[in-house]
Amino acid sequence: MSARRAETAAAEHIAATAEPVAATAAAGTIANADTGQSTTEAAEELQRRIAAVADIALKQARASGASAAEVEVGQEQGMSVTVRNAAVETVEHNRDKGLSVTVYFGKRSGSARTTDFAPDAIRRSVESACAIAKLTEEDDCNGLADPALLAAEFPDLDLYHPWPLGMEEAMAIATGCEAAALAFDPRISNTEGATVASHQGVDLYANSNDFRGFHRSSRHSVSCQVIAGEGDAMQRDFWYDTARDAADLAPPRAIGAEAGRRTVQRLGAQKARTGEYPVLFHPTVARSILSHLVSAVSGGNLYRRASFLLDKAGAQLFPDNIRIHEQPHLRKSAGGAVFDGEGVRTAARDLVADGVLRGYVLDSYAARKLNLQTTANAGGVHNLEIAPTTSDGLAEFIAGMERGLVVTELIGFGVNTVTGDYSRGAFGFWVEGGAIRHPVQEFTIAGNLSDMFQRLTATGADTDHRSNLRAGSILIERMTVAGQ
Amino acid sequence: MTNALQNARETLLEPAGIGAPEIDRVLGRLLTARVDYADLYFQYARRESWALEEGTVKSGSYGIEQGAGVRAVSGDKTGFAYSDELRLPALTDAADAARAIARHPSDSAARGVAVKRAGAGNGGGDSVAPARYAPLDPLASLADAEKVQLLRRVEQVARDADPRVSEVMVSLAAAHDVILVARSDGHLAADIRPLVRLNVSVIVEENGKREQGFWGGGGRYGYPYLTDRDSDRAADYARQAVAQALVQLEAQDAPAGEMTVVLGPGWPGILLHEAIGHGLEGDFNRKKTSAFSGRIGDQVASELCTVVDDGSLENRRGSLSIDDEGEATGRTVLIENGILKGYMQDQLNARLMNMPPTGNGRRESFAHLPMPRMTNTFMLAGKHHPGDIIASVDDGLYAVNFSGGQVDITSGKFVFSAAEAYRIKGGKVAHPVKGATLIGNGPEVLTRVSMLGDDLELDSGVGVCGKDGQSVPVGVGQPTMKIDRLTVGGVAV
Repeated sequence: MSARRAETAAAEHIAATAEPVAATAAAGTIANADTGQSTTEAAEELQRRIAAVADIALKQARASGASAAEVEVGQEQGMSVTVRNAAVETVEHNRDKGLSVTVYFGKRSGSARTTDFAPDAIRRSVESACAIAKLTEEDDCNGLADPALLAAEFPDLDLYHPWPLGMEEAMAIATGCEAAALAFDPRISNTEGATVASHQGVDLYANSNDFRGFHRSSRHSVSCQVIAGEGDAMQRDFWYDTARDAADLAPPRAIGAEAGRRTVQRLGAQKARTGEYPVLFHPTVARSILSHLVSAVSGGNLYRRASFLLDKAGAQLFPDNIRIHEQPHLRKSAGGAVFDGEGVRTAARDLVADGVLRGYVLDSYAARKLNLQTTANAGGVHNLEIAPTTSDGLAEFIAGMERGLVVTELIGFGVNTVTGDYSRGAFGFWVEGGAIRHPVQEFTIAGNLSDMFQRLTATGADTDHRSNLRAGSILIERMTVAGQ
Repeated sequence: MTNALQNARETLLEPAGIGAPEIDRVLGRLLTARVDYADLYFQYARRESWALEEGTVKSGSYGIEQGAGVRAVSGDKTGFAYSDELRLPALTDAADAARAIARHPSDSAARGVAVKRAGAGNGGGDSVAPARYAPLDPLASLADAEKVQLLRRVEQVARDADPRVSEVMVSLAAAHDVILVARSDGHLAADIRPLVRLNVSVIVEENGKREQGFWGGGGRYGYPYLTDRDSDRAADYARQAVAQALVQLEAQDAPAGEMTVVLGPGWPGILLHEAIGHGLEGDFNRKKTSAFSGRIGDQVASELCTVVDDGSLENRRGSLSIDDEGEATGRTVLIENGILKGYMQDQLNARLMNMPPTGNGRRESFAHLPMPRMTNTFMLAGKHHPGDIIASVDDGLYAVNFSGGQVDITSGKFVFSAAEAYRIKGGKVAHPVKGATLIGNGPEVLTRVSMLGDDLELDSGVGVCGKDGQSVPVGVGQPTMKIDRLTVGGVAV
């Protein structure tokens, strides 16, 4: 539960209309419809339909006098079933589609979105985008991606595994998951239930330089959240797994048991003591450090001079054993993509090597603003991972810690990308003499991201592979803890 | 409202050939033996946004979102489906998917809720809730060329405010949202919801040091609200953003640890939203997962504190004439003189808890399920002069602006992050300090409120609340407030 200021136009309802398309933006890639080996007939039919939508939009853009145009068309469907106290609580069916179009009149641009795929509605949307473009001003950096950089090959990254999940099966899975959590410990007193969700969809990016690339993807998850203790001492925690292929999901009972274990562990939490200590980020929260790095080296923040990492390419940001690399072609991965949001082919690369920042996270527009070349990151990074500096993981790091904190959950928005100042609320465990002593809560951890990067002394081999940002445990040598 | 209903029918239903008999037919399909409540939610929303940066109006976008959500409730079970096509066959399909929930026996006792079918005329059930804003279309309230002019003018005000301003980003957004709710108890209601917002974000630079400032505002108005000649709010937002950024250039490290905290009036009321508000939403309390569960009648705040949620304030960003379940909004007292009084409810949770609905059933769109949500949440004014409150503090923090906050409902722990704050030394506002997160415990924090200002303010209209992945616009407010002890998450030990 959170509230915040709407700081950008995209932060609020405007963003909500984009979700059906954006949700699959980081999805996998398959060949053009006629060459994809694993293409099912239903998906092929869907691809033909969304390709027709894209064609109508691109044709209308040309007819309206646009010098260039690009479209993203997506359609996805899914189901989500929540079971609470062994009975079904909600069943939600999702079916979303959307077209977003950007037109260019020379160096002017305008965009529009619609969820209505009727040919007239598509044409009206394109005309709205054209009307807007005529009111905006020339921007030399506007335009489509360089045609020479567009993807020409479309290997199958194995991201599409539809799950013919029936309601009965979903309920059985969720019930088993929740039961394992409730049975884990007698101190489990209540439940928020277990949820099984499955989504699949197809997304097309096409532009007036004759590029056309489909992303086809599926995503399935099982999650569970329970409560332990009573009254003032109540604690909750959760666990989940998510995968492209349902066969790769952890057993539901194991997910439930882990939710139970994590929740019970929090009972008896105390306030942390104010002071400076080493802070060990659990893998589930360690990836947030990668997200702050990505934000600070992303093109939009660089050309707006809204980053503490301006002009830092080539600088030693981290200790020299730190490597942070992008792996867009990993099969079945959360962030797999053969091309980015404007059709540019992706490639593996080091963002940070030997602790040195090797480049930025750019799309074509930001690259032109900065006199650089796009890094194929329109829409974001693709499987960005911090490489382990050791074969150790969380347990070994704790054993080696004289006195400090393990952080298992972070809340709030206290990160300033302009200055790097960092201050967030946290939950975790107090460590003394190489062992966890008790859970802690109602404290903050604070510092500056530049210092935190320099003090990143170790990153574990216990990498959490579920997300597009992948990290093992991360040990920061020293941060300020504020509690009592 | 009758106007709104007629207008909504013309916008949403008539083009699709849907009338009372069709609505009745879909609701009838949903009302199988075990379904005790069902509703249809029709929506047609048009949104636009315009953005200026680097002195150029370089982007604009326009979008239409339309569809219908179909819900069937059986005891505490909910089946939900939606369609982005406003056509009868799509609605029928969605109804068949949603009602499948009722095949599963409910473990809750029969509620004895009278199920009334919507009558063919639907006349008797039409809502007459008073409108809290004009049913205008904000997108059409200003010519496009004037929107572009407005962005340029706001930028110029920011640049003229100080030579250290290096970047100015201005965004302007509007939505025109038409909704219609048809419920199985025969209630039929509609609302036409305008919303505008202007945001200004600036970067200032001095001697290689960069800081940012942000301000914005809006509400359920047309664009002229922002440009009204007497109160030129747009220009005011620009100057506030610059002032906030310049203060940061002088900021020293924030302190770490517990201390007395004075919160300024208005947007710092985000404290109430996080510490109190979410924990008093009906769903968490029905499930007994909130730190406030079962505590009605308990003292959870000092007796100075009275906190309300009020969706019926005119033209506020968080206001609604009716909620997304067709219920009229109103003022719900959450805490009165320190005593916990009530929860915010939607239809489902109110019925299951045997409490009246409070007009807090909200959803992000037709594609989302309604939940109990806040509207405008604020604390009533106290008696102290704000200057006296500052003067009473020997050593503390004075926080006047915040970026955002978050809460863990179950443990009650919440955070909110200061974007502009000062040290208080010897009863006087001293140097500015860098942004820091403040952390506390919801059921405890208001028991430490020892002084309240006579300066109640509501925020300028920028709040977005997120819950279960759904975003809705909200408002907050409070007077100047002194909290005797709160943990401040700075770096200076």
